Amino acid sequence: MNTPILEMKNITKEFPGVKALNNVSFQVAQGEIHCLVGENGAGKSTLMKVLSGVYSYGEYNGDILFDGKVQKFSGISDSEKAGIAIIYQELALIPEMTVYENIFLGNEVRNGFMVDWNETIKKATEMLKRVNLDVNPAAKVKDLGVGKKQLIEIAKALSKNVKLLILDEPTAALNEVDSENLLNLIRDLKNNGVTCVLISHKLTEVIDVADTVTVLRDGQTICTLNAQKGEVTRNALIKYMVGREIDNIYPKRDSKGTQEIVLEVKNWSAYDPSIGRNILKDINFNVKKGEIVGLAGLMGSGRTEFALSIFGNPDNYQLKGELFVGGKKQQFKHPHDAIEAGVAYVTEDRKGDGLILIQDVKENITLANLYEIATRSVVDKNAEVKVANEYKVNLNIKTPTVEQKVSHLSGGNQQKVCLGKWLFVKPNVLILDEPTRGIDVGAKFEIYTIMTKLVQEGMSIIMISSELPEVLGMSDRVYIVSSGRISGELPIEEASQEKIMHLATN
Amino acid sequence: MTFLKSAQKVLQQNIREYGMYIALFVIMTIFTITTKGTFISSRNIVNLVNQTGYIAVLAVGMTLVIVIRHIDLSVGFLGGFLGAIAAIAMVQWHLPVFLAILLTLALGILAGTITAFLVAQMKIPAFVATLAGWLIYRGAILVVTESTGTIIIPDKIFNAIGNGFIPDIPDIGILPGVHKLTLIIGVIAIVLLIISEINDRKKKLSYNFEVLPMEMFVIKLIFISALIGGFTWLLAGYQGLSWTAVVVLVVAIIYHFITTQTVLGRHIYAVGGNPEAAELSGINVKKITYIVFGSMGMLAALSGILFASRLQSATTTAGSLWELDAIAAAFIGGVSPAGGIGKVAGSIIGAFVMLSLTSGMNLMGIGISYQYMARGAVLAAAVIFDVATRNRAQ
Repeated sequence: MNTPILEMKNITKEFPGVKALNNVSFQVAQGEIHCLVGENGAGKSTLMKVLSGVYSYGEYNGDILFDGKVQKFSGISDSEKAGIAIIYQELALIPEMTVYENIFLGNEVRNGFMVDWNETIKKATEMLKRVNLDVNPAAKVKDLGVGKKQLIEIAKALSKNVKLLILDEPTAALNEVDSENLLNLIRDLKNNGVTCVLISHKLTEVIDVADTVTVLRDGQTICTLNAQKGEVTRNALIKYMVGREIDNIYPKRDSKGTQEIVLEVKNWSAYDPSIGRNILKDINFNVKKGEIVGLAGLMGSGRTEFALSIFGNPDNYQLKGELFVGGKKQQFKHPHDAIEAGVAYVTEDRKGDGLILIQDVKENITLANLYEIATRSVVDKNAEVKVANEYKVNLNIKTPTVEQKVSHLSGGNQQKVCLGKWLFVKPNVLILDEPTRGIDVGAKFEIYTIMTKLVQEGMSIIMISSELPEVLGMSDRVYIVSSGRISGELPIEEASQEKIMHLATN
Repeated sequence: MTFLKSAQKVLQQNIREYGMYIALFVIMTIFTITTKGTFISSRNIVNLVNQTGYIAVLAVGMTLVIVIRHIDLSVGFLGGFLGAIAAIAMVQWHLPVFLAILLTLALGILAGTITAFLVAQMKIPAFVATLAGWLIYRGAILVVTESTGTIIIPDKIFNAIGNGFIPDIPDIGILPGVHKLTLIIGVIAIVLLIISEINDRKKKLSYNFEVLPMEMFVIKLIFISALIGGFTWLLAGYQGLSWTAVVVLVVAIIYHFITTQTVLGRHIYAVGGNPEAAELSGINVKKITYIVFGSMGMLAALSGILFASRLQSATTTAGSLWELDAIAAAFIGGVSPAGGIGKVAGSIIGAFVMLSLTSGMNLMGIGISYQYMARGAVLAAAVIFDVATRNRAQ
């Protein structure tokens, strides 16, 4: 093993009532790709916050050795100066600024006390080349896709002469092609001497790129695995992360749905006046009772837009075509109508438009169906607590009480609150948009188990997902969306990753 | 020891909620001392309530507007303008007083609906839309009072709203000089409150929910009863409950009930907490925006009526800076500028804090210049306290 560039020794960080990190040791060798894995709430983010100086020296116990020196950071700027850069899932770019302005934001190329824009653009172009990104440096960041934004963040980090690059779930929001690009870039950087720490829930990519893997669980270091010695395998990772073995993450199902169609669209098209083009074209689609239908496709292919267009059309697309729910022709004017007709939609963006973060668990769970617990429009708060507690138990939401604000819950538990909210409206058709994005293996397994139980009770599920193994593991039938069209429909027996990718990029 | 600990725990958990009550108490105590008791005299308290009325009702409406992440700058002059309309309706159009009031309230709702149309339908930022309204209603007051100047209102019933008191029961020999109906209302309020609190506790216990420890519960009841009792006694010592106080109480109770107990209230807070999530949860965000601005317009009209009635006339300057007083009251009362958080009761207390400062400093003979500065400092301090306790709660 090479000399370590980073050593974190016996780090302990306590919050009132919880030990988030308990004597954690973490060692990264010079020039390696080191993956940090663990369930949500295992302490990965806290560890990285300690490292980057968000929690300054003295707020935690233990030592940080970086580049051979003991470091006492008291803010992000200190750790950046030392050569550590962290790229978070929520990107810190300013959408209205150009690419070159963003790359050198806070680190402006100066000429006296004025910004030297020519030099900035020149340097930015070099940086873009280093991350293999072919965009106009004068383009506005808001016009670029998530994948490109991610690369610009990396270019920004590189412009600061970073020695250790930490990426927090960089591929969570990327499609397969962009993910592959990003992982290749990390390999490139490694060859150029930049050490990378990658935090990820996607075990496939961890196995793919990691030289070393450190597993955290419940605030403790469980083990460090070496890829060269063949220690990094899917089963090993899952076992150490969850603390038990999960044989098959996709639960077995007895029934395979019926022939009764519960939701169908015919010749369905949508025009988005705000961008002035058709986003959905001639879609024919149906779901049967007790069936899980997968909706695969690249990000931006129109999957979410399709779901929203049948869920009361909140973005006010101009719709054409026919929608049948439960055999009746429907024209929903608002999500409210869709909910009334038994359709529910669990968003892909639980923080952005799924949950009300400043409210508590019970208020979020009952929000979409308040009349159920109200008499003459007066909410029965005791009934509300009771309902919320039922979902807390049934969905295994880990929260001390249902009065806890959802912003304090981990991603997996927030997702369960979202799910609980939509199960409380007692839908016939449940649309799940990326139901397991950004949540850990244990919680994923729980969500798959819940889905299985629901369809066995006769609910129908439309699952939108970018994770092909999930699509193949859970669906009875798969539709593939490409550029706003259904480019293919496959029974699960005929579907494979290759076929789906082929149709999705069609 | 356990008692002290549980008291401490309850206080700590609710420090934000109790904070402004404590602030009001401290301010009142300070003024009582510095004015040698004049401040807390029955007469001054009754006056204070009557002066606060028109800002308090505006603050109630503003609370909801800020909760759904908007602002309304137009309500001050809208109130002034509608007060003038009420006067004109009675004086020049010879409408009966109740009809004039109803007409004014209806016009208020209409004005609020127009604001809502601009904000919800046309997607104009509320700050800009209502700034336009601010200018327009400012001009409108001048237009309607231009020919006559100040319009004197002769109607006795109308003027009683801002100056009159509820009638008393006939004298039966006991407690001379004390307003007995006010006392009776106070006692009834205390009894109703205790009954509802006990019922609520029983219900919670039957569900096995957490409740306050028994001794804390009793202390809370005694404290609230003493507060209402003391306040009632003060009012009864002068001329009793004023009609303005009745109006403010009715508005407070209705809005408190709507915001805390009904589906509509929950939908309003959901829209404020996360409009996208609310929309996807089947809540019609536009409809909520219309309702909230509509109610704001109606309360602006009520505010204008209270003010015109108090002055027994409609003036060209009515409405000036009311909106900012109402916004300040809401923020002092703990409304979050980011939306989704804020209580009606808090805003009313906020209005009393602002008016207590004015009244107390007037009694002390402090000049208007320092009064403004003191009020600014209290506003800043209140928001700092709010932010600090909120961060600690996380």
